[in-house]
Amino acid sequence: MSLLGIDRLSLKIHGTPILKDVSFAVDPGRILGVIGESGSGKSMTAFSVLQLLPNGAECTGNISLAGKDILTCSETELCSIRGREVGMVFQEPMTALNPLQTIGAQVAETILVHENVSKAEAMTRAAKALQRAELPQEKFPLSRYPHELSGGQRQRVVIAMAIALRPKLLIADEPTTALDVTTQAQILDLLKRLVAEDDMGLMLISHDLAVVADLADDLVIMQQGEVVENGPARSLFGAMQHPYSRALLEASSHVPDRLGEAHKTSLLQVRNVVRDYQQHVHGWWGATTHFRAVNDVSFDIRRGESLGLVGESGCGKSTLTRAILGLEEVQGGEILFDGQPVFTHHHANKDVRRRMQVVFQDPYGSFNPRWRVEKLVSEPFHLLQTPLHGHERENAVVEALESVGLGAEDRHKYIHEFSGGQRQRIAIARALIIKPDLIILDEAVSALDVSVRAQVLDLLADLGDRFNLTYLFISHDLSVVRSITDRVLVMKAGEIVEGGPTDAVFDHPNHDYTKQLVAAAPVLPVGAA
Amino acid sequence: MSLLFYNRSFLPGIILTTVFAAAALISLVWVPYDTTILNIAEKLKPPNLAHPLGTDQFGRDILSMIMVGARTSIAVALVAVGIGMIAGVPLGLAAAARKGGLLDEVIMRMNDLVFAFPSLLIAVMITAVFGASALNAIIAIGIFNIPVFARLTRGAALTLWNREYILAARVAGKGQARISVEHILPNVANLLIVQGTIQFSLGILAEAGLSYVGLGAQPPTASWGRMLADSQTMISFAPHLALFPGLAILLTVLGLNLLGDGLRDLLDPKLRRART
Amino acid sequence: MLRYFLKRLLSLALSLVAASVVIFLALEVVPGDPAAYMLGLNAQEDTLNALREQLGLNGTILERYLSWAGGLLTGDFGISYTYRTPVSEMIGDRLWVSLPLALYALTLSTLIAFPAGIWAASRRGSYVDTGVMGATQLGVAIPNFWFAMLMVLVFAINLRWFSAGGFAGWEAGFLAGMKSLTLPAIALALPQASILTRVMRSSLLDTLSEDFIRTARAKGLTRAQAMWRHALRNALIPVLTIMGLQFSFLLAGAIIIENVFYLPGLGRLVFQAISARDLIVVESVVMLLVFAVIVVNFAVDLAYALVDPRLRRRR
Repeated sequence: MSLLGIDRLSLKIHGTPILKDVSFAVDPGRILGVIGESGSGKSMTAFSVLQLLPNGAECTGNISLAGKDILTCSETELCSIRGREVGMVFQEPMTALNPLQTIGAQVAETILVHENVSKAEAMTRAAKALQRAELPQEKFPLSRYPHELSGGQRQRVVIAMAIALRPKLLIADEPTTALDVTTQAQILDLLKRLVAEDDMGLMLISHDLAVVADLADDLVIMQQGEVVENGPARSLFGAMQHPYSRALLEASSHVPDRLGEAHKTSLLQVRNVVRDYQQHVHGWWGATTHFRAVNDVSFDIRRGESLGLVGESGCGKSTLTRAILGLEEVQGGEILFDGQPVFTHHHANKDVRRRMQVVFQDPYGSFNPRWRVEKLVSEPFHLLQTPLHGHERENAVVEALESVGLGAEDRHKYIHEFSGGQRQRIAIARALIIKPDLIILDEAVSALDVSVRAQVLDLLADLGDRFNLTYLFISHDLSVVRSITDRVLVMKAGEIVEGGPTDAVFDHPNHDYTKQLVAAAPVLPVGAA
Repeated sequence: MSLLFYNRSFLPGIILTTVFAAAALISLVWVPYDTTILNIAEKLKPPNLAHPLGTDQFGRDILSMIMVGARTSIAVALVAVGIGMIAGVPLGLAAAARKGGLLDEVIMRMNDLVFAFPSLLIAVMITAVFGASALNAIIAIGIFNIPVFARLTRGAALTLWNREYILAARVAGKGQARISVEHILPNVANLLIVQGTIQFSLGILAEAGLSYVGLGAQPPTASWGRMLADSQTMISFAPHLALFPGLAILLTVLGLNLLGDGLRDLLDPKLRRART
Repeated sequence: MLRYFLKRLLSLALSLVAASVVIFLALEVVPGDPAAYMLGLNAQEDTLNALREQLGLNGTILERYLSWAGGLLTGDFGISYTYRTPVSEMIGDRLWVSLPLALYALTLSTLIAFPAGIWAASRRGSYVDTGVMGATQLGVAIPNFWFAMLMVLVFAINLRWFSAGGFAGWEAGFLAGMKSLTLPAIALALPQASILTRVMRSSLLDTLSEDFIRTARAKGLTRAQAMWRHALRNALIPVLTIMGLQFSFLLAGAIIIENVFYLPGLGRLVFQAISARDLIVVESVVMLLVFAVIVVNFAVDLAYALVDPRLRRRR
């Protein structure tokens, strides 16, 4: 018998069906990958196992954990199961810990809730659990508070909490989605090791096929509350049955077709750029310190090419973007667009700025919710000396919307009427409307589900060819960068450590950091698609 | 629109508010009895058919007095909210636009300073200098409202400044002032309306309190707070004198608070979506 | 922690200086000469000058401010224009009524609000919640001096449990003193307790929807354990802010409530002083109340640091 058996589980919340006839099993010492896009019900399945569901939730079917029927357990029985028999790791390590308690107290609490031991003993065992999660006492004593730790370290604390009592089953809900790629690889290794050591079952939930593919023994693919594919990972990758899972696999490794060729001439030149931030440590009368976010960075973007800039969070890539866009002044070096400086006399050079546009990451936050699409898309007209009016303006908006695959009538709608993918199309339309030469894509597809992401990448490739656009593609996601850029730069701690043709850099990295990144990036098994 | 009527707070709130606003407006053209004419023969009558809420020690009709008093309360509170908004909102917007800068620091420190003076103390100081009047009550309550709106606007604007659509507007070449007006202000408007109703109700309470201790409206201006002050010595034999003006204050403030709660729910797109 | 403390202390000192300047300047613009007012129309020029000297009215505006502010620091508030006695003595007597009243009210309001807020939050959406919230809605809307009058009508005039006004004095014993402050304290506490209950409830509900509560539940804590061990302390931060603000409203509100109950506190003193145009007394009482507000907010800032380790150890 399986450790965890889910049989025809259905879930309704206030009458709305969330899950429909979900069935799968997890065995001891095995890793089950549960994959799905947002809204597929993968997290709700996990919360059903712990019965930590929102009010108004109603489960039918059967969940058995080591022979116990979860759905018939009383709340008291459930409390004794949670934390002892099943541990759970969550997506957001930054908010998953109580900010007012030490990490030691929080890990020890798992032990104190379930076992009648002294506080001192619980603390000793908490230290051991943290040690197992690779947070040694010498560097991370029990008295640390969560705000003193990085995201990856906090996730290790959450893991220590989950495994402190050596549960039979561990559920990890997108445990690495909020983390950088190198940290992600370390956390995944840790989970794998713990599973092997404790002979635990692991249910690993992710939206990213590649993350799970490296690790999982078995796979479940979910779509809109139903299981569409279920089987051993190795055989499944070669032989997906359901059209959805095949589409998902195709989209995960999608490479858009591109025709355009890069010219030899430079469009943008970045020369020895330095960007310092002043930090007021203790209010404005206190001491100031300097933080160098971008340090002596130089590169060119050629006309018509697509240049990738990869790096982990905090490496300075967003700061560099703002400097290129002329939003912030640099403290050293210069940035030239077509030979003209982007910043003159402490002000952005408007002649240059109207030839650059940007698409941001967040499809929800990048539009004023109180404006109609027409006004949103035409906002960059503000840059023109003689903005279009009346019919001309309307025609330009319609043209921009149609070129990104939306309809003319969409201009009268508000932004909340669109899905995430559609919003990103509107963001591209806004960037296109003043016919710029360079478009900066700042993590522009990172927040999208894989299938939508593939469509947006196709659109970008197509638009690049049609309008002869140059792209600066900024991302933390190596596979996306690989699929759409000609050249790539790798950035770390404010400096460019390596650059060159994309395939060459990723296939034969020279710099240690690039090697690390490439090794850490999850990849789909060869020949999977 | 039907949504408005499902909201538990909005409907009673708007009804109560409308009743008192209407009473104030009607009193401008008509009241049951002229409140400037004394009629000692009719003094201290308990509620009866001719005087639904009774009469006071000078024989004046309490209902008429309450209608006229509503005018004072509403005018004082409304103007005070206006002062708070007109001065506070631009200060808050400017502080948020220059977050961490000297302007922000100066505005916030001045706010802190004003916050240390409850409106009653401001009224005490103004009265000590210029003497008591309804205008002083307006100024005292109004000054105290400025930091309330400045802080609220700044706080809300700060989170908005981190949104990517602000960055997009900057990429479109727009300056801080333009962004504040075009992007920030419309998105904090809901919050300001809700806070406006709350400050309105607090203003009515404050006006009543100031008039009660003689720092607000002076006779012959009718005011709920003054009516209560006058009734105090007669409370043992004519409790209706104290009852009705107090109820008028209570119901007006309650109505405005319910209206504020209702508006908050109705104007919050997050809550709205959750309900539909 | 020390750096945080010193920073708050500096800000406290600056606020006090700024507040004293504002108060001084506000009353400086008053037309007329207090010395002439005190001595009447027929005063001799040299007696006037002597009195001005005694009251500290001579010299430039800066000199006068410095001598006034210097006096405040040493507890010398000047001499009352009407009574010719030191203001500090007058205030000292009244403080023993006003301060206990404010503290009594604050205690009552906390004792009501904490349990009521926690109760309502833990039964969200139930009849308990609806009932508590409805009661607070009324409590916020009721003018406290009117509520005080109604209490006098019921408990003093009809039931005769309390006296209708006046203060027994602490000489009559602690209990007798507290008894005469009970109705005023209830009247003061009611609206504040209502506000605090609402803040407690909403803050607790916000905290209960945080991710770390879900983490705690996944560890095996019951709903109640998660609330007591994790939510409550986190929810306390906004509650502390409101409590700090409330103390100033309690002090100011006491000025009105003292009038309802004829209590010989600072409020009565201020009104007597205003009608006698005894501006130095007004100035001193206002300064004292503002001082109390600023110091309480300083204490709240320190309390934050006790609750929140993120403020204690800034990296």
